[in-house]
Amino acid sequence: MSENPQWASESFWKKVAVWVTAGSFLILVVLTFDTLKQTSAGGDRVPAYSVINKKIDYQFDKKLNKFMPIIDGEELLFGKEFSEEEAEQLVTLGKKTTQAKNCMNCHTLLGNGAYFAPDLTKAWLDQGWLTVGLREEQMLKFLMDPEKNARTFGTDRKMPNLDITKEEAKGIVAFLKWMSSIDTNGFPYNFTTIYAEDD
Amino acid sequence: MSANPETVKQSSSSLKDKLATFHSWAAVDDSTLNKGQKLAVKYFMGAVILFIFQIIFGLLAGIQFIAPGFLYEILDFSVNRMIHINAMILWMLYGFIGCTYWLLEDESGTEIVGLKYGVIGFWVLSAAITIVVLVYLLIQTGAGNDTTLWLINEGREYIEAPRWADIGIVAVMLIFFYNVVMTFSKGKWSGIAGVLTLDLVALAGLYVAGMFYMTNITHEQFWWWWVIHLWVEATWEVLVGVIMAWSLMTILGVSRRIVTTWLYIEVALMFGSGILGLGHHYFWIGTPEYWLTIGGFFSALEPIPLVAMVVHAVYDSGERSFKNMNHPAMAWLIAHAFGNFFGGGVWGFMHTLPQINLYTHGTQWSASHGHFAFFGAYATINIAFFYIAIQHWRGNVWMGSNSLNEWRWKWALALLNIGVVGMTIALLIAGYEQSFIERAIGGSTWGGYFAAQTHPSFMSAMHWRMLFGLVTAAGLGLLVWDLLTIGKGETRKAEMIIHSK
Repeated sequence: MSENPQWASESFWKKVAVWVTAGSFLILVVLTFDTLKQTSAGGDRVPAYSVINKKIDYQFDKKLNKFMPIIDGEELLFGKEFSEEEAEQLVTLGKKTTQAKNCMNCHTLLGNGAYFAPDLTKAWLDQGWLTVGLREEQMLKFLMDPEKNARTFGTDRKMPNLDITKEEAKGIVAFLKWMSSIDTNGFPYNFTTIYAEDD
Repeated sequence: MSANPETVKQSSSSLKDKLATFHSWAAVDDSTLNKGQKLAVKYFMGAVILFIFQIIFGLLAGIQFIAPGFLYEILDFSVNRMIHINAMILWMLYGFIGCTYWLLEDESGTEIVGLKYGVIGFWVLSAAITIVVLVYLLIQTGAGNDTTLWLINEGREYIEAPRWADIGIVAVMLIFFYNVVMTFSKGKWSGIAGVLTLDLVALAGLYVAGMFYMTNITHEQFWWWWVIHLWVEATWEVLVGVIMAWSLMTILGVSRRIVTTWLYIEVALMFGSGILGLGHHYFWIGTPEYWLTIGGFFSALEPIPLVAMVVHAVYDSGERSFKNMNHPAMAWLIAHAFGNFFGGGVWGFMHTLPQINLYTHGTQWSASHGHFAFFGAYATINIAFFYIAIQHWRGNVWMGSNSLNEWRWKWALALLNIGVVGMTIALLIAGYEQSFIERAIGGSTWGGYFAAQTHPSFMSAMHWRMLFGLVTAAGLGLLVWDLLTIGKGETRKAEMIIHSK
């Protein structure tokens, strides 16, 4: 079809398709390298696993107009100071348990998952645990026997018993504490932590 | 134990008899199919069975929102929901593989190269899926260690299949590629063949990005989205572009030059917006702030290729006054064009910008978008292809106007579309309510979450969703009945379509 203008021709769009795809993919690869570097555990955005030895809270940053994590002072988990290696081991056990128990098909983690149960991104900091002193014990009890310690908040939705062992429950708590320290660009918005109630 | 060859022979011949009885009951005739198409219809039948599973487990999960005690600790929400979404992904993949095998010999102009391996691949994949589902149902969860991730469940939404099954899926995919690439190489390449092959390479390559365990959840979700997003918002979209191009050429008679040019335009727009549109999943998972700008900008462009696809389909159909040889398939293709645009494009755009996504991320908003988009973009076009296949399989029978029992396909089309759109709207209302009550007012705490979940407008939305879920199920029932019977007893041959040069 010789009367076809160049911009409407098959060969023109073929070239555009190839260049646009290759260009976009190249940019994605470059950004992926940068993102992985910026988000490795131990950096500014994703703290080292030993953050489980610290107190984690959030404060509204007026300049950035969002809530930012404040990691400040010691707040040991299960009364123990974990070395970097021990902390990673415990968080790994917790992370594997959350996958093995299929948590993500009821809950969301960092907002991703299913919507049948609450978001776990900042579960460690939630006011639902009533006081800082009671929190660890309550979390362990709940994870190991959710039916008896059900927290349904007026719905009849109860977490099923998933045969979580004490060690696994401790791992989950450590994982949740570590996850709550990740800088998520202000998500979830307007989250009031357990410390705000204590003050 | 050694099997008696006589018994083996007998049982295989009785299986053949049963198959022949089924074929004669269903009035299908294998001699009308080429080899690739014979393999394709296996995949289509698998797809329909998985589609039925998707709906059954969706209904169970929907009931649990209304009656949370239902099947508690027997089939919990997590199990039902996992099978609901896994069956969906799989039936669509089965459909896509089937479509590819269906058009392979026609498009390449030669016989499929490795049919035997293709058939083995089909049975291996189907056996693997059966085992995975039985394990999901009967074992459900395991201890927090690698054994569980390898044998029971990987616990990652959409790609829960345990690692052994991942490896199996990749192996079957390699057989599939081998067949596609070698068949085109032996026969002839075309624009459609080139786009299809490159897209399939990307589609399988991406799956590998989801096969690693990582403790760092930010990294884990980063790669997880590479699989999920780059599948459903990039490579799958291009794949349906290919299927649409071939279907328009086949049942409408649009010229190859036009569909190929459109296909390249769609690829440019789809990958140009969709690849970096991946950034809209990187707003809140710990990834750097520049993703807010990049993700927001490129994902806002994602509806554009979908508009192009609507224009393409509607223009070409209108130009031919909708004169086509397969009315149900054509209707489903048009449903696809609009469903893809509204479900994927509009519903996605409505909550894709970070300023609104901060409140909607992880609420029923996503469920609303998910239902409409997967149905509109992918279920529709697969169903269209089922009709193309069944017409051919029954000996290229008449499926034009005044065909026998045409109310069935029309009602199936209406019920499925009304059902899914109804669920979409119900979930959208729930999502809006959640964004306001849980997120904006409730500060996203657990207290806020449950305040939103117990709100009367949320609960009524869940009831409406259930009702429309039942409408969808009724539509599926009718669709299956129609596919089993449409064209049976029809003596007229399909209308001849004049193909444009």
